[in-house]
Amino acid sequence: MKGFKKKALAVMMAAAMVVPMVACGGGDDTATTDTTTDTATEETTEAEDTTEEEASESKIPAGAHILNIYAWNEEFKSRLTDHYKGYEELSATEGKIGDTYVKWNITPSDDNAYQNNLDDTLLKQADAADDDKIDMFLVEADYALKYVDTDATMSMKDLGITDEDLADQYTYTQKIVTDSNGNLKGSSWQACSAGLIYNREAAKEILGSDDPETVQAAVADWDKYAETAKKVAAAGYTMCSVNDTYRVYSNNVSGKWVQDDKIVIDKNMEKWIDDSKALVDAKAEDTDDLWGDDWAKGKRPDGKVFCYFGPAWFFNFCLDVDDSETIAANGGWGFCEGPQSYYWGGTWICAATGTDDADLVKDIILTMTTDKDVLKEIATADSDCVNSKSVLADLASSDEGNIALLGGQNPYKQLAAGAEKIDLSNLSKYDQGCNEELQAAMKAYFEGNSTKEDAIKAFQTAVIEKYPNLKAE
Amino acid sequence: MEKQKNSKVVEYNRWGYIFLIPFMLVYTVFQLIPLFTTIYNSFFENYRVGLEQIGPNFIGLENYVTLFSTPDIWKYFGNTMIMWIMGFVPQILLSLLLGAWFTSPSLRLKGQQFFKTVIYLPNLIMASAFAMLFFTLFANEGPINSMLIGWGLMDAAEPYKWLSNTFSARALVAFMNFLMWFGNTTILLMSGMLGIDPSLYEAAEVDGATSNQIFYKITLPLLKPILIYVMITSLIGGLQMFDVPQILTNGTGDPTRNTMTLIMYLNKHLYSKNFGMGGALSVFLFVITAILSIMVFKFTNAGGKEKK
Repeated sequence: MKGFKKKALAVMMAAAMVVPMVACGGGDDTATTDTTTDTATEETTEAEDTTEEEASESKIPAGAHILNIYAWNEEFKSRLTDHYKGYEELSATEGKIGDTYVKWNITPSDDNAYQNNLDDTLLKQADAADDDKIDMFLVEADYALKYVDTDATMSMKDLGITDEDLADQYTYTQKIVTDSNGNLKGSSWQACSAGLIYNREAAKEILGSDDPETVQAAVADWDKYAETAKKVAAAGYTMCSVNDTYRVYSNNVSGKWVQDDKIVIDKNMEKWIDDSKALVDAKAEDTDDLWGDDWAKGKRPDGKVFCYFGPAWFFNFCLDVDDSETIAANGGWGFCEGPQSYYWGGTWICAATGTDDADLVKDIILTMTTDKDVLKEIATADSDCVNSKSVLADLASSDEGNIALLGGQNPYKQLAAGAEKIDLSNLSKYDQGCNEELQAAMKAYFEGNSTKEDAIKAFQTAVIEKYPNLKAE
Repeated sequence: MEKQKNSKVVEYNRWGYIFLIPFMLVYTVFQLIPLFTTIYNSFFENYRVGLEQIGPNFIGLENYVTLFSTPDIWKYFGNTMIMWIMGFVPQILLSLLLGAWFTSPSLRLKGQQFFKTVIYLPNLIMASAFAMLFFTLFANEGPINSMLIGWGLMDAAEPYKWLSNTFSARALVAFMNFLMWFGNTTILLMSGMLGIDPSLYEAAEVDGATSNQIFYKITLPLLKPILIYVMITSLIGGLQMFDVPQILTNGTGDPTRNTMTLIMYLNKHLYSKNFGMGGALSVFLFVITAILSIMVFKFTNAGGKEKK
C-alpha cells in the first residue's frame, strides 16, 4: 500500500508538471504568432523609414511631457499623422506635438485584449503618475457605453467643446457616446451608415435591371426582401449570410438588451430569428460566419452571392478590389439603402478622466472630428465616410464621390440619407456580448441542429457567463 | 570509524536536497500556491461588469451551488470525456501495435529512425496551428469537401458541414488529438518494451509461442507500469483538453456547445474576470482528476497486487 501511494504521488506530480506545461505552451504560442503577424503588418503599412531598431528604442527623453493614447489598430494614428498639423512621427509607437510627446499604446482587439488592457489601466488611473495616465482612448460603438456611462470618460462640455462645434455631426454618432444623464462624452470623424451592396450582374439577371432604385424597390422592406431572396435562390444564387442582415435588425430594436438586469429579446430580434430561419430553410440565405472563407466566396462572380451589407469602409477594405478576378475589380457592385437604416463600425475618441493634457486632447478632438477641411481631406484621401453633413453633401453632388468598384456610382447621397435616419436610443453596455452570443447561438437553430427554445437558452447561458450580474428572462 | 562513515553519507546526501531546491521552489510558487489560492478564491463573489468591479465578497459555497444548479457542467464533462475516449482508444491501440512492431526482434524493421521521427512530427506543430489547418481543410467550401464532391461522393449543392454536426465536430477534435499524441505514446511504450528482458522473448520463441501469445503473455503484463503512466497522463491531458477545440470552434464549442470542454468553459469566465466561478470550476476539475486518476491506478493495478 505504501508503494502504491508513493507511485501514485510520483505519477501525479509528473502529470501535474507536464500537462499544464503542454497546455500553456499551446496558448502562449498563439499569442506570440498573433503579435508577430500584427507587428509584421504594422511594419509593412508603416514601412516609410522606421527600422526595427528605432521602434524598440524610445525617442522620448526622460522627464518629457507625455500624451498617452490607447487604440486597437493603426487607423487613428495614421489619420493623426496625415491630417493633424504639427504631429511629427518619431517611431512606430511614438510621436510629438509641440513640446508634448505622444505615446501610442496599441493592443489588438482579438480575444478582448484591447478592452482588458484598457480596463486594467483605467481602474488604476487615479493612482497613476501624470505621464502614465491615459489621456485619450478610442472605442467602438458596440462597447462605447461601457466606458461612456462611467466616470472614466470626460464629457465634451468639460473639455470645452460646445454643441455648436459639433452641430455638423450626425446625431446618431453622438447618441452612441451619450451617457445615461445626457452628457456627450466622445466624438467621431466617421459616420458609418451602411446599406446593401449588390452584385450588378445578378441584379440584371434576376430583377431585370441593376439600377439602384429598382433594386432598392425590391428590398424596400423585409417582406419584399424575403420575396426577392426567394427569387434569388431560384436563380441559383444565395442572397447573403444571416449574419450580414443581423446588424440591420439589431440597430432597429424597440428596447434595450438588458432591462432591470434581465435579458430581453426584442421583437425585432425575434423577427431576425424567424425571418432568417425561413430564408435559410428556403436555401436563400446561408449561415456563414462573417470574414470566413465561405462568407468571402461571394466576392468573386462564381461565388454566386447576391449581396453584402456594409458601410463605406466595406467598399475598399472588404471587397478585395486589388484581386483582378473579383467583382469589385470589374466595377460590378451597386449600392442601395436596403430594408432598414443601420450603421456598422466607426471609431470614437474619448478623453480619459484625469488627463493632464485636456487642452491638447480638446484640440485633437476638434481638429479631427469637426474641422471641415480636415474631414474633406480624410474623405478624399482615405475614402472614409466622414461625420459631417456638409462634407457628405458636397461629395454627393460632385464627381469626387464616384466610386469605381460600384461601377462609377456615387453612394454618398444614400449614405448621407441613411445616416440621418439611424435611431440608436436603445443601446446598452451589454450590446457587444449580447450581439455576439445571439448570432453564435442561433446558428445551430438555423442549421437545424437545435430547437429555437434550446438556442435561446444557450444564448442566455452564454450572456450570463459574460455578465454574471444578469438574469435570464 | 563507523560514525565517520555515517556522517560522510549524510553530508553527501545533503547535495540531493540542495539539488531539489529549484524544483521545490518552482513547484511551490507555480503549482502549490496557485492551487490553494484557487480554492480560496472559489468562496468569493468576484467579477467585473464593464468597468465596475463587484466583490470580492465572501459567499461561502454559492459559486458551487450556481455551478451545479444547471446540468451544463456535466454536459461539458461528458463532452470532454467523449472526445478524449474517441481519441485515446485508437491512439493506444495503434501505439501498442507500432511499438510492438518496432521493438520486435524477429521483424527487425528498417528505417526505424525515420518512422519514429515521422510519427512524432505532428506533436511538434503547435495545437493552434494544427487546429487552424483543420478548420480550413474542413470548411464548408474547403478542400476536403471539394475533393469529396470531385469524386462524386457528395452533393455539390449540399456540402457536408463538418463543424456543424456534433459527431463530425467531436470526431475531428478526437482525430487531431490522436494524430498529435500517438507518436508520443508510441515512443513511451517502445521505451517500456525495450526495457523488457530479450531473453524472455527468446525463451518464449524456443518454447514455440506465437507472436500473439508473446504480446499478450509477455509484453503487455510487463508493460503495465508504463501503460498506467500513459493512461494517467493522457487522462489528465484529456480532461484539460482546450487548445484544439477552442481554435477549431473559435471558442464557441459549437454545435450547441457539444464540443465545449471543461477548460473551454473555464475560459468563458475570463471575459468577466469571474475568479469566483472560475475557482469553483477549477476545484471541481481538480477533484474529478484526482478521482479518475486513482480509479485508473487501482483498476490497472488490481491484478498486480496478488503476486506481491
